[in-house]
Amino acid sequence: MAVAASTSKILNNVEAVRETLYEAMKSDDRTVILGEDVGNRGNVFLITKDFVKEFGEERVIDTPIAEASIVGIAVGMAMEGLRPIAEIQFADFIYPAFNQIVGEAAKTRYRSNGEYTCPLVIRTPYGGGVRGALSHSVSIEALFYHVPGLKIVAPAFPADVKGLLNAAIDDPDPVLFLEHKKTYRLIKGEVPDGHYTIPIGKADVKKQGNQLTVVSYGLYVHWALEAANALEQEGLSVEVIDLRSIRPMDRGAILESVRKTRKLLIVHEDNKFGGIGAEISAMVAEEALFELDAPIRRLCAPDVPAMGYALPLEEEYMSSPAEMADAMREMVRF
Amino acid sequence: MAAKTKTAKAAFERHGLTDEQLIAIWRTMLVHRRLEARGFELNRQGKIPFASAGEGHEAVQAGAAMAFERGKDILVPYYRDLGLDLGIGLTPYEVLLSLFGRAADHSGGRQFPHHYASKQLGLYTISSIIAAQTSHAVGAAYAVKLRKEQGRAVLTTFGDGATSEGEWHEALNFASVHKLPIVFLCENNEWAISTPLSGQMGQPNVYKRAEGYGMPGVLVDGFDPIAVYGAVKQAMDRARRGGGPTLVEGKCYRFLSHTTDDDDRTYRSRDEVNARRKDDPVPNFERFLIEHGVLTAEAAEQMKSSVLAEANEATDRAEAMPYPQPSDLYSQVYAGPWEPWQ
Repeated sequence: MAVAASTSKILNNVEAVRETLYEAMKSDDRTVILGEDVGNRGNVFLITKDFVKEFGEERVIDTPIAEASIVGIAVGMAMEGLRPIAEIQFADFIYPAFNQIVGEAAKTRYRSNGEYTCPLVIRTPYGGGVRGALSHSVSIEALFYHVPGLKIVAPAFPADVKGLLNAAIDDPDPVLFLEHKKTYRLIKGEVPDGHYTIPIGKADVKKQGNQLTVVSYGLYVHWALEAANALEQEGLSVEVIDLRSIRPMDRGAILESVRKTRKLLIVHEDNKFGGIGAEISAMVAEEALFELDAPIRRLCAPDVPAMGYALPLEEEYMSSPAEMADAMREMVRF
Repeated sequence: MAAKTKTAKAAFERHGLTDEQLIAIWRTMLVHRRLEARGFELNRQGKIPFASAGEGHEAVQAGAAMAFERGKDILVPYYRDLGLDLGIGLTPYEVLLSLFGRAADHSGGRQFPHHYASKQLGLYTISSIIAAQTSHAVGAAYAVKLRKEQGRAVLTTFGDGATSEGEWHEALNFASVHKLPIVFLCENNEWAISTPLSGQMGQPNVYKRAEGYGMPGVLVDGFDPIAVYGAVKQAMDRARRGGGPTLVEGKCYRFLSHTTDDDDRTYRSRDEVNARRKDDPVPNFERFLIEHGVLTAEAAEQMKSSVLAEANEATDRAEAMPYPQPSDLYSQVYAGPWEPWQ
């Protein structure tokens, strides 16, 4: 991590995104932001509040409600030399843009043999625990992490949000940037001033431990840390890895930790079947099966279409620090 | 038999085109027709796996290409636009490299034929996904406007089938909201593979939809390359002046099957297709140019021979070029390494 300044301030995740976008707009006039309600309203979470006053409506574009072309227009802008940052207002709305992301943006470089590239960032808030029901709480990473040509980032801490968003903006290829909306104002942390980047594809060990490796990302990193810290009181030592990047993924960090603790628990909010945890499990089984002292375990959402609006239906879908602590305890004692 | 050369040129609406430009348009149409036929021949010989068909689109494409300013404008075409690509500067050799899937092809042998990409020509990379390119064209036009590039416009093209896609609507709508420097050219050949216009839209005129978007809609005979040039030139000039987008519809016809893998006998009668052959723009435009004293019959025959020779030379040269290496599969996934794991 190349930190440009020694000063820092405390920001939440919304403020970290805002500050990073602001600096990108300020430092490079090729940068444009486009999406639904990003201009006059300043984004539904007020991330781009007043940007339109400073940078003008030509660079902070309130689009019609049309997600496929929000991404498609951004792809054209990127091919023509702009540095677009497209916003999908909620990840749940990204489905109409699936072809533009998977069939177009991710294949621009490949299909033109490098003649055209697509330096594009698609930001979108995802995730539940906010009473968002079926269409304001989904996780979408597993629908996209299968796709070569795309990068996917899902940071959980404000300093990581800024460093990885800068890396995404600087990246010469399309990056899907996932922001867990429950962490937006819940999570605060120290954020270095000035421009710095965190390499896409590098995980971070958020807590050291030697009896169990827990791999997660997004909101659940915070819950896993809460659970792991509580277990310290019981004398259990759990290591928590925040993936931060989903594609490419940090194989080295996962294997190094698993070879030390000899046990692996993956926790994520997305559905279990075909989720990120499935790929990690397969990779560890391929690379380090005989170094494990327990079966790999995945604590993920049940295989149902979505969490519900009613509180019991949301709570049943989501995990919790207590449920994670139970799973960790069982794994350590296995 | 071609008519005798007239000594005095008969007057006709030429939209400012010189004799040289008119002959260049016809030559593009000839090359287009010849190379489409070559694709089918090579496929039937078992030398290439696939070719698509644009017979019937020669006039609309060659006419539109003449309105494109090389080295300045941007073309975002679709996969049936070989004539348009040729008209803005693509060479027969590049076309044959694409048909054969050779390493030196624009996509390195990855893409289906006629999916070119050349920044030098202002020719954008496309997929085969219907109407997906229209929003790219709009994004490019937005960049042109944002950077205040004077006298530059985007031309994007599509078939009638594309106008059923939601993204097509989104593209026109956004272009109109922002008065972007772009021309949408519909090459209406009446068939979306096997579905006729009557199954695609409630009324058969795409250009009429322009009113709903708040932009001019222009209907033109897609078999008349001069009329197409006139309509597209006027629309491009309007876009270049900052006047905003235009929707142009050139009505033409698809004389062959959709591709080498299609058989149009399964869904339309020979009577229909044969009846439409009287409108075939390639012989018709030749006759027109000769009758109006722009071209002599001798020059026409000479040009046909030279086009055939050029196609043959390009075929031999491209066929002799190497395939991509298996290791080329792994390049250009990302700027950096392609591994999903780090």
